[in-house]
Amino acid sequence: MTDIATPTPSGTAAAFADDAYIPPRGFWNATIRFMRRQPVGMVGIVLVAIFGLAGIFADWITPYNPTANDFSAMTEAPSWAHWLGTDQLGRDILSRILFGARTAFLVGLTSALVGGLSGLVLGVGSAYFGGRIDLFLQRILDIVMSFPLIIMALAVVSIFGTGVQNVIIAITIPLIPRCARVVRSSALAIREIPYVDAARALGYGHSRIILAHMVPNVVAPFLVILTAFVGQAILAEAALSYLGLGVQEPVAAWGLMLQGGAEEYASTAPWIAIFPGLAIMLTVFGINLFGDALRDVLDPKMRER
Amino acid sequence: MHRYIVSRLLLVIPTLLGAAALVFILMRLIPGDICLVRLGSGGTSFSTQALNACHAEIGIDKPWLVQFGQFVWGLARGDFGLSMWSGKPVVQEIATRFPVSLEVALIATIIAIAIAIPLGTISALKQNTWIDLAVRSFSIAGIATPAFWLGIISILLVLDLTQAISGHPWMPSIDYVPIWKDPIRNLSIVMLPAITVGYRYAAVSMRMTRSAMLEVLREDYIRTARAKGLMEKIVINRHALKNALLPVVTVIGIEFAFLIGGLVVTEQVFNLNGIGRLMVLSVQNQDYTMTQALVMLVVTIAVLTNLAVDLLYAWLDPRIRLR
Repeated sequence: MTDIATPTPSGTAAAFADDAYIPPRGFWNATIRFMRRQPVGMVGIVLVAIFGLAGIFADWITPYNPTANDFSAMTEAPSWAHWLGTDQLGRDILSRILFGARTAFLVGLTSALVGGLSGLVLGVGSAYFGGRIDLFLQRILDIVMSFPLIIMALAVVSIFGTGVQNVIIAITIPLIPRCARVVRSSALAIREIPYVDAARALGYGHSRIILAHMVPNVVAPFLVILTAFVGQAILAEAALSYLGLGVQEPVAAWGLMLQGGAEEYASTAPWIAIFPGLAIMLTVFGINLFGDALRDVLDPKMRER
Repeated sequence: MHRYIVSRLLLVIPTLLGAAALVFILMRLIPGDICLVRLGSGGTSFSTQALNACHAEIGIDKPWLVQFGQFVWGLARGDFGLSMWSGKPVVQEIATRFPVSLEVALIATIIAIAIAIPLGTISALKQNTWIDLAVRSFSIAGIATPAFWLGIISILLVLDLTQAISGHPWMPSIDYVPIWKDPIRNLSIVMLPAITVGYRYAAVSMRMTRSAMLEVLREDYIRTARAKGLMEKIVINRHALKNALLPVVTVIGIEFAFLIGGLVVTEQVFNLNGIGRLMVLSVQNQDYTMTQALVMLVVTIAVLTNLAVDLLYAWLDPRIRLR
């Protein structure tokens, strides 16, 4: 993780010129340095941590069972018993939001990681091999990218059925070409640097050159886009679940909580619509704040500003 | 330049063909049968002959390769056939729903430009001040807010506000009227969806404006312009903004292309009968001809916007076309 604070030797000198330059050692030092340099990014980390921990520990911290109906307490306004009120089926909204965090992060992280890593391999491979392979791969990625996301998701869900797993597939596929694009353009520049030729002259195999010599050098743009993907995937999951194409009842998911009841009871029980949306917004807001800070730290050009 | 245009145009063909193949295969992988739905919707039983006759009528009894050939041949001639669901011409069905989607997209674009360029510029000029921080937070929030939630909340606000002012809640009607027939009613229908979509769109373009301005403001020619004593207003408007706008125009163009296809959720929230909803319906009904036509429409808009952006770049920057 030291890499995060010291991506390139040339960039660090300029960035820390006002400090006595001490390369941060270890994860904690890098984290502390990040906190000092990027207070806004820290706000992002805190927001993400709150919802992330809520998702992990939802089983222990939720006051109510998120799927239990209580017909004696339907559409109740926020109170001491139900901090964020109850929905039209008498389910505690706070409990459902906490469990919804688990769904959101599960879908967000898995889609971003799988989509990002596939895009990384395709992007670097495409740049490394070049020529016809590059041209062919770029056309395929062009097609997937111009294809409407919602049709892709609809088709995946119609073919395989709804549910968390298939939502992840539906969101992952369109992320792959977007990542491959960004990574490829960085990798094209790296390919021209003599050490890649040197590695080839030494007789190293393609996979070794790609994995050991090219991939580490595109890590900076890759991490930035990966962070953005997590936010986009969470938003996409919410939209699909809202349309009824994503996660299905009774699983708690933020988009699902906004479906049906939220609109119907909007004027009489606005808390049903307000809180799940706020949860989505704050989480993605936090992720984007963190992503911006990460970009500033990783990109020496941006740092000087 | 001519060679560049021709080579870029030729690359459009494989992309469109690939998208055609992709939607063709995806639609046929979905389990189910439109004829079963059509015949069974009345709740009556039907014979195998009726089912076969229905298959033959809409042409899905032929081998896939033949069907695909017919589809591509139709595309080449601009003939999209009849909707398998309603039996009406696909073009006619799309034409009745396209204006509302297009209008929402256009107004959203205008809103986005009106917000993004001034705010993005100010943010860059006042970098690292509280103004910059506020503008950046506003734009990051725009990217983080789900459009459909913003839609629900804005409906809620309109209901509450009208309730408070006039005593009874008011909602815009859902029957679309063209803007030239009844501008006020038309705008009352499309304004809220356009603002909802436009906020995110503005946020994306604002970030681009800011970073492009920051980049340009560090260029040598800006220092030169200031050094020769030009007024700051002229330096910003004529020297900086003009050069910073190119990537901003790109983002606006590409986002616009995605907007047409991305209106699905917003149309759902506001009960608008546009092409986004038609798309969802036609996939669910397994209406192959309609889905194929809609996907090709959206993909073509996306591909042509990309092409236009590339050509604009080449025209403005000779290094690209001479490479």
